[in-house]
Amino acid sequence: MANKYLHIPRLRRVYVWELPVRFYHWLNAAVIIALIITGFYISNPLALMSNKDASHQYIMGWVRYIHFAAAYLFFFNFLFRLYWGFVGNKYANWKQFIPTSKRFFQEMWKVFKIDILMLKKNGQQQDHLSIGHNAMAGFIYFLTFLAFLVQCLTGFGLYAGMSTWWLPRLFAWVPAIMGGDIITRQVHHWSMWFFILFAVIHVYLVFYHDYVEGRGEISSMGGGWKFIEEDVFKKNLHQTPNPEKTNDKK
Amino acid sequence: MNKDNALTEQPTYYEEVVNKGYSRRDFVKFVSIMTAFIGLEQSAIGQVAKALETMPRMPVIWLHFQECTCCSESFIRSSHPIVADILLDKISLDYTETLMAASGTQAEAALRNTMAKYKGKYLLCVEGSVPLGADGVYCMIGGKTSLQILEEVAEGAAAIIAWGSCASNGCVQSAKPNPTQATPIHKIIKNKPIIKVPGCPPIGEVMAGVIVHYLTFGRIPELDRLGRPKAFYNKRVHDTCYRRPFYDAGLFVETFDDENAKKGYCLYKVGCKGPTTYNACAVTKWNGGTSFPIQAGHPCIGCSEENFWDNGRLYDRASVFSGFGIESSADDLGKIALGGTLAAVAVHAVATNIGKSKLIHEHEAEGKESEKELE
Repeated sequence: MANKYLHIPRLRRVYVWELPVRFYHWLNAAVIIALIITGFYISNPLALMSNKDASHQYIMGWVRYIHFAAAYLFFFNFLFRLYWGFVGNKYANWKQFIPTSKRFFQEMWKVFKIDILMLKKNGQQQDHLSIGHNAMAGFIYFLTFLAFLVQCLTGFGLYAGMSTWWLPRLFAWVPAIMGGDIITRQVHHWSMWFFILFAVIHVYLVFYHDYVEGRGEISSMGGGWKFIEEDVFKKNLHQTPNPEKTNDKK
Repeated sequence: MNKDNALTEQPTYYEEVVNKGYSRRDFVKFVSIMTAFIGLEQSAIGQVAKALETMPRMPVIWLHFQECTCCSESFIRSSHPIVADILLDKISLDYTETLMAASGTQAEAALRNTMAKYKGKYLLCVEGSVPLGADGVYCMIGGKTSLQILEEVAEGAAAIIAWGSCASNGCVQSAKPNPTQATPIHKIIKNKPIIKVPGCPPIGEVMAGVIVHYLTFGRIPELDRLGRPKAFYNKRVHDTCYRRPFYDAGLFVETFDDENAKKGYCLYKVGCKGPTTYNACAVTKWNGGTSFPIQAGHPCIGCSEENFWDNGRLYDRASVFSGFGIESSADDLGKIALGGTLAAVAVHAVATNIGKSKLIHEHEAEGKESEKELE
């Protein structure tokens, strides 16, 4: 029954996410989870039922320590990723994230129609748009990078006051510009919600793409491989948001 | 400090102190206290004493605009009597509405005389914010708006001290929607050195310390990025608080009447703004080192921070978001957004299975076909 329309394509293996990108991704995920949990705790600590003296416990101290340690990891990991955006492969390049061409926006619109509005294009239900990020995803990651920046600025800005190291002290101007620590802390707290909402949608969409495309979306962040149909590969139907080659046949 | 003709007519501070009936010993005690307050080392005591002995007292004009006079009240209650005597009586307050004997025409004449006689030499202290709304009619003295008065007097001032949160950042009267357009001094006067001494009120000893520093060195003290003297505003109340060990241990007062409150635990969860407030309260304390709000069991409300009135609530630490209702907690809004996102994701998942059913079935058939071929 199925055979009348069945066409089983051969899949080509493409090395999309290099090891540094995968490492960055999972370290980032881990420290963001740690930062969110400890951040919530710091903003509203639990009521400890303890009869021990203050000198025998250091709960808040440890939670804050984890928050600050994770923040440093997050910060340097972020810097590393920015660096990798210039030296990594084409799927990691900064051009995948920042719209620099009209085509980027066209592809974003296409992704919006197919993946979100689920409109059919030429009777097709799915289009193999990209091997790495599609344009929409790339742009959303660009927004997350801005959110990273906001959190680094406000977080280290708040931290600067109690630090003696020059690095966090570089951020001391942030609360001064924003009008004090109170508002800086609030912005830091508000922005955190962006990460939570992002994580929900991000994880869902990874499952979604794996499910409707079957090209190894979920496992790609483990081994780095994605798969692409041989005929799509041969006819050069795939695309990247800001392609290096201009002779695209599509 | 300038020693020109106009100023040398003035007696020195030491002469004034002696005239007032204080002994040399009292004077040295005062100098020691002030030296410690302004954060100088012991060896600087001689320098401070010498400055007060040799320098002619500095003329001061003290203006009051939109304020409650709590700064003046705080100042005259400084721990050491000489602080009030020398620095207020004898600092030669040539013009201050609340404390001078003159009134009406005589008062205005005193102001004009001081401005003319000591042009470019006098210290201008401003208490209160300047209302710019409705052409400044909300605060007028002697037929002039406070903006006119401030601009006239600031013109000939050597330096300006903005006393209190009103003059430093607008304080309560500039809270939303700020009907009188209460404006802090630094947003009006741009061409003079301005020392901000925020607080509602600032600590009396801090105020005295700022003045003594200026007298001793003839220049304004080192300021932080927000224009506040570093000696008093470079530490958070939180970082100098004696209840800090309870914070680090995670032991908090949950309600004002609980057992933890009796034990003196940290007031963080009942809204203490100590962690975001820069002031010397926990070190210098108030009323001659007697106590400060946290020691009395009340959370810091952050009165020396800009916009403390609008930035969230006084008795909890929730990050608020104004504009939703009167104000909503950021976490409540976040939870609603999270619920909305999860619902949208669920709808999308269902829609995917319907809208892309053909595609999904193809994949399934493909996979099953391959599975069969393996047998």
